[in-house]
Parts: sequence; structure tokens; C-alpha cells
Amino acid sequence: MPFDRLTRAMDDWAAANPDVPVEIQIGRGNYEPRHAKWVRKLALPDYQARVAGCALFVAHCGMGSIISAIEAGKPILMLPRLESRGEHNTDHQLATAKHVGVRPGLHVAADEADLKARATALIGDARKADRLAPARISRFADPDFTARIRAFIES
Amino acid sequence: MTKRVLAIASGGGHFIQLMRLSPAWKGHRVSIATVDPSSRSAVGDAPFFTFRDVSRADWWRIPAAAFDIARILIRVRPQVIITTGALPGLIACALARPFGVKSLWVDSIANSEVLSGSGGQAGRVCSRVVTQWPHLASGKVDHWGSVL
Repeated sequence: MPFDRLTRAMDDWAAANPDVPVEIQIGRGNYEPRHAKWVRKLALPDYQARVAGCALFVAHCGMGSIISAIEAGKPILMLPRLESRGEHNTDHQLATAKHVGVRPGLHVAADEADLKARATALIGDARKADRLAPARISRFADPDFTARIRAFIES
Repeated sequence: MTKRVLAIASGGGHFIQLMRLSPAWKGHRVSIATVDPSSRSAVGDAPFFTFRDVSRADWWRIPAAAFDIARILIRVRPQVIITTGALPGLIACALARPFGVKSLWVDSIANSEVLSGSGGQAGRVCSRVVTQWPHLASGKVDHWGSVL
């Protein structure tokens, strides 16, 4: 589903910060960025390479984005999709923001203005970057969890 | 004895969660099914299939998705299905159920306040339903852990 609010906010931010290279994956969005570099959809390996190589990952408040950021040990700044704006089927991204977004290294913006301000703050001080990034985790879930699924498969 | 396992998920976070569970089926004959052909790079040597996506918002695509998923089931002949959602995973479990295929629904970690729409239906279709949030566990829905 389109998320033009995020695309437009980060395109505005790119216009205000011409020294910082910004690349946006816009999906089926209607707004096409005028300042940032953009692409409709990255192939998965390209997406993973972009996350691994960035200074700051800005995304919707989706678990795929969150897990990718944590696996790469990169700070992530998120704007939750809202049902009322036609950005998702439900408001579960607000729930994700509340329950998962509180982890260290994960940053949730309240709205577009807050997103732009936080992007500036997060990217502004490279020395802070490590402290603002999540601790890297293994590629796999907790072994106790996968062991229970294995037991289900083998039962 | 090794089992034929179908691990199936939609794109984005559903697929990323599925891949984090892969130690669960190591050593079994697993096939992976998802929507995005570029995900092939993430699955290693396992047989890889794609299907046309569907969600509640575009429910009229159910026949196309169900057709693709049925073809995958015929090819793979799974004994066990593991899915992290969303609706296509539920369709796979529903189509396979009459043939005695065992299935596990792992509700997405994105559903932290209520079970997902498909997860709510999964109890009627899948052999087992688990949530990744302890506070959402109930009589029929277990909590075994989470992908994070």
C-alpha cells in the first residue's frame, strides 16, 4: 500500500539536507520524489545491502524493517502507517510502535514534522551513532522457539 | 525420519520472520514459497516457489492466489506446513487440510494487541496456532517464543 506521507517527508528532508544522500523505496506510492533518489521496489539482496550500508534507516513501523535494522545493527527511525489515512488495513503499526518501538536503537516519530526533526538529530552526530543503534542479533530466532517448531514438525 | 515441509509466507515482514525460523526445519526436505522472486537469494538450496499475493484488502485476488498455491502443494506434497502469514498461508493450510497435512500458524510479531485477521481464522484451519506475544496466549493459542 502507498505511504506518501513518509516519501514526501523524507523528500522534503532531502531538499533541506543536500549534503546527505537519500534514497527512497516508494512502492506503489503516488508521490514521486523530486530531491531524493528513488526506486519503486528493491530486490531483497539490494534492500539488505542498502540497510547494511546506511547511516540511518527510515521506514514504516513494520516488522520486516525493524528486523532488518536489528540484524544489521543500524539505527531505525519509523513513522507508523495509519488506517485512517488508507496506509494500512489496521492500526497495528501503532501497536508495534508501542510494544516493539521502545527497544534501544529503535526510534518512532509522532508525525512528519517529528520525523524530519529526529532524522536531523540522528544523522547530525556521527559520534552518537553507536549508542543510537540497536545491538546486532543473530539471523535466527531464539533456539528454544525453533526447537519447539522442530518438535511439532517431527511429532 | 525426514519430513516434507512447506514453509510459506507473504512478502516483507512475513517472509523475514519465516526465514528467522529456518533452524526449525534444518535436515528436513523443506520447500519455500513466497511472493517476491528476489527472495530466492535468501533461501539457499531449498526448492523455491512464488505465488500471486492476496490480502483482505484485495480479496478478489483469492482465486488466482489459491490456484498458484494449489499447484505448489501438488508439486511439494508437504507433510507439514509452517506459515508466518498472511492470508496466503491460511489458504495453503485450508487447501492441504483435507489431505491430512499438519499445519502450524505462527502469528506475525506485528500483531501485538490482537491476533491478526487471518490468525483469528487459523484456529479453524490449522493444527496449531501460536502467537509471538505471551499476553495474547489463550486456551487455543499457545506462546512458544518469538522471532526477536
